[in-house]
Amino acid sequence: MFKTFIAGILLGIAGVAAALHTFPAVDQHRETSIISVKPNGGNSEKFHVSVPMDRIMLGASATERSVPAGMDWPQDPAFADLNVELFKLRDARDTVVGVASRIAARDAAAGSAIEWVLHLPARGSVYVTVEPESLEGGVRRGSLRHGTREFGALSGSMTERWISAADTGEGQGRIELETAFLGAAEPDE
Amino acid sequence: MKYLLSLAVGILVGAVMAFAFLLLNPLAEPRALSPLEVGDQPQMMLNYSLVPADAIVHTNNGETRGDPTPGKVQQLWEPAIRNTAVTVAAMSGATGETRAIGIKFASLSESTRLLRNEAMIDSVWHIYMPERGTFVVGQRENRFDYLRTVVLPAMWSSGKRWRGLWRGNVSAGPGSLGTGRFAGGSGEFAGLDADVIESHTVRAWSAESGPVAKEGMLLVELPETVEAAADVL
Repeated sequence: MFKTFIAGILLGIAGVAAALHTFPAVDQHRETSIISVKPNGGNSEKFHVSVPMDRIMLGASATERSVPAGMDWPQDPAFADLNVELFKLRDARDTVVGVASRIAARDAAAGSAIEWVLHLPARGSVYVTVEPESLEGGVRRGSLRHGTREFGALSGSMTERWISAADTGEGQGRIELETAFLGAAEPDE
Repeated sequence: MKYLLSLAVGILVGAVMAFAFLLLNPLAEPRALSPLEVGDQPQMMLNYSLVPADAIVHTNNGETRGDPTPGKVQQLWEPAIRNTAVTVAAMSGATGETRAIGIKFASLSESTRLLRNEAMIDSVWHIYMPERGTFVVGQRENRFDYLRTVVLPAMWSSGKRWRGLWRGNVSAGPGSLGTGRFAGGSGEFAGLDADVIESHTVRAWSAESGPVAKEGMLLVELPETVEAAADVL
């Protein structure tokens, strides 16, 4: 009987080890990516946020319409020309796939900056710096500065376009983001 | 029958022994020394509170510990983001004055391997420093030691609280020395790449509300071309 008990202990230890090895402790939900392949071998993907529905936060000293209500935004003059927004990020199927931050700052010493971080929990994050000047059609163009995980080895660009919902009032519409990323070239064999 | 009972008790004891070994494994002690503490390059330090109620905004799926702040903030309940928390924090330098605003995205990581003492978080900081510029910090964090030293004892205690002092570097990559990656975006940080360590200090934790007294620190090892401002050192 003692031998059976010892065998049970070994079985218990092995069972726990096998279970921890086999079953993932974390299983992130994945939406199927909607990616189109470009002629240069890169890929393009579209995301958008609906404003104000997807806006989690709007922090700026200059506006009295801060979101969410009750937020205590720093009133330090150093942050006077800073605009920070947080959004839920949707794919082309209008499904939420991540969260995003947008920082827009005018700074005498550091210059103007518009930036996005797109955080897709199942895939990774991208950090895009955008040219402050908009092009024709209200499009701003930016470049991928840094990526993590699936985006870690990529380079490329992203465009930002504000589409106003003219019939629903000022400040309502959607921001369309289109990424065009390219992987590092594989060395010749 | 008695053999079957003996086997069942043995399996139970074995399972408890396996979990006990995971929690008490002396080989999984946290690193006492940050790889950046022995460097001689200029460093920049930013401090912040990790108590959700102290944040400008903190949101999660509404079910995990740490109530969303302020109360009317949108919660991250959609399937793709329900294992993610977002915190917007005022960050200070050594003098305690607000020097930056940082947004932290933190998601449970599928690279978690409890057998290897890894409870991983994929996180990204997006930070703005007035008169200096913007940058991000992308990293993997290992919260295993925090879980076994602070969270589990709090949950198992009769008062459902933990008090003490826990300090640890949570950064666990992607840098080869376990450092996170800094990527500068604008201002004096434009184009810069550097190593970062994030460390946490916990003094009190509640099983009901999460962190009660918890601070964080980002330590950035800047290239010698950038001077760290004296008040954030």
